[in-house]
Amino acid sequence: MYGSDFPGEDAPGGLLGEVEAAEAALRSAAARDREVAGPDTDLADHFAEIVAADQKIEPRDWMPEAYRRTLIRQIAQHAHSEIIGMQPEGNWISRAPSLKRKAILLAKVQDEAGHGLYLYAAAETLGISRDELVDMLLEGRQKYSSIFNYPTLTWADVGAIGWLVDGAAIVNQVPLCRCSYGPYARAMIRVCKEESFHQRQGYEILHTLAHGTPAQQAMAQDAVDRWWYPSLAMFGPPDGDSTHSARSMAWKIKRFSNDELRQRFVDMCVGQAEVLGLTIPDPELRWNDERQAYDFTQPDYAELMRVISGDGPCNRQRMDHRRRAHHEGAWVREAAAAYAAKQASREKVAA
Amino acid sequence: MNNPLTFTFALALGDDALIAAQRLAEWATRAPEMEEDIALANIALDQLGAARLLLSYAGELEGAGRDEDALAFLRDDREFRNCLLVELPNGDFAMTMAKLLVLSAYQLPLYTALAGCADERLAAIGGKARKESAYHLDHAALWVKRLGDGTEESHRRMQAGIDQVWPYAHELFVAQPQAPVDPATLRGEFDDTVSAVLAEATLTVPESGWAPGGGRDGVHTEDLSYLLAEMQVLHRAHPGARW
Ligand SMILES: [Fe+2]
Ligand SMILES: [Fe+2]
Repeated sequence: MYGSDFPGEDAPGGLLGEVEAAEAALRSAAARDREVAGPDTDLADHFAEIVAADQKIEPRDWMPEAYRRTLIRQIAQHAHSEIIGMQPEGNWISRAPSLKRKAILLAKVQDEAGHGLYLYAAAETLGISRDELVDMLLEGRQKYSSIFNYPTLTWADVGAIGWLVDGAAIVNQVPLCRCSYGPYARAMIRVCKEESFHQRQGYEILHTLAHGTPAQQAMAQDAVDRWWYPSLAMFGPPDGDSTHSARSMAWKIKRFSNDELRQRFVDMCVGQAEVLGLTIPDPELRWNDERQAYDFTQPDYAELMRVISGDGPCNRQRMDHRRRAHHEGAWVREAAAAYAAKQASREKVAA
Repeated sequence: MNNPLTFTFALALGDDALIAAQRLAEWATRAPEMEEDIALANIALDQLGAARLLLSYAGELEGAGRDEDALAFLRDDREFRNCLLVELPNGDFAMTMAKLLVLSAYQLPLYTALAGCADERLAAIGGKARKESAYHLDHAALWVKRLGDGTEESHRRMQAGIDQVWPYAHELFVAQPQAPVDPATLRGEFDDTVSAVLAEATLTVPESGWAPGGGRDGVHTEDLSYLLAEMQVLHRAHPGARW
């Protein structure tokens, strides 16, 4: 469907290999015998043992209430991000500059809807319904990733989102493929594989632009200039200020700190930017031999907090759009339910 | 040009599919449920895929060096040959499903006949596209039934959608006896398919003597020029650029 009519190789440092390694680890964890909880087993101990052994907690297992709540929050916010994240790129489907690009973009936006659905389904295994979660999104009680509150002003933004935003998403999500909660880990493997195609496609869009006309090159650089720091901010506040991290690490929901992941992302992007022939808009960016990593300028965390609190350039627009689609579709969903009820009662009569 | 009749025919079918894809893709992020967002994108992708094959082939037949993108992005509305049905605005979800029902009930027998035609390239395209059309028809028929036989509101909207779209079916079946497939021969199957769906959906087949047409001659509704303005704006802003 997509990806196959796509020339080109993995961007250097492609992440697909890491996803495959996580998948292999998941299979081998599943193959190892898991101790079964008997009537005398202490449930909390049993939970701790499974987590310690890098095995998976499954929906039927006992789990601490806070673990369940943390996961619901995290998976739901991830699902909401996939759904809201369709909008900035969806903005360019109608104007995509070639039919091939239009097909790839449409398929990508469709994939994001699919990611949203698997993630809602993963959250539902924790005892909450998709409708409840969607209501929480629409009422503003749960958040989605702040990156989607920035506008897509040119076609190059579609490339920059693929390269940087999908790239940052993968760096964030690859460790989640090893998350202690089985349904989430499995959903993330499927999602990450598709995200790595998205990243490759975005990279390829930018590569074409960066090797195109002067106007295309300028468009590509402008997009990278605008998306670089918001992408760095996707990893969340610096470790010192992050509220939920320590406990999530202990539960193996999270495996690396925000700053570690941000560093990994920067290190991955530098070489890719060189191949693209685009400049990362950070005059402080340079290799640090001692740390074996790049030094870089932190994103503006005050801006991140403003966007999270609702005052980004597109927060209102994104939420209005989602609420409108939901409200305008209500009569259709009601009709489908009414029709299904009629069919069921007809079958009963016939039986 | 090798075969001007086949060129015109491939161009018209390609334009139908392209404009249908453009309209269906407008639903992305706006569908009434998330599953439907995915389904409509799927159908749009199928239409776009067929459009690319047909337009590429039309360009080859023409022999003037125009590829799928030159045909899609560098023609004005008077040069497009799609039927009026596909360029009509989406309206509400019921009207979109009425449009899709009529389009797919036309494309299915058309592509099926094309799969057996003498032109090998068109036959291959027809063979691939008819399977997709069968799915599009199932999808549209299911929604027309759900909405027609759902709630009072959905019934009213679905009937209104069918009433609005119906006159535009006429143009699809205007006889072209020299074409690889003569659309006039498909009308019987179309009528059978659609009337069965409408009957099950508790909807009535509209009676209207109005039969708008002209799309196949490049005389369109006012809507097409706006659709093209949006679709073509970026491509045209960078003449000669590669994407
Ligand atoms: Fe995604
Ligand atoms: Fe993605």
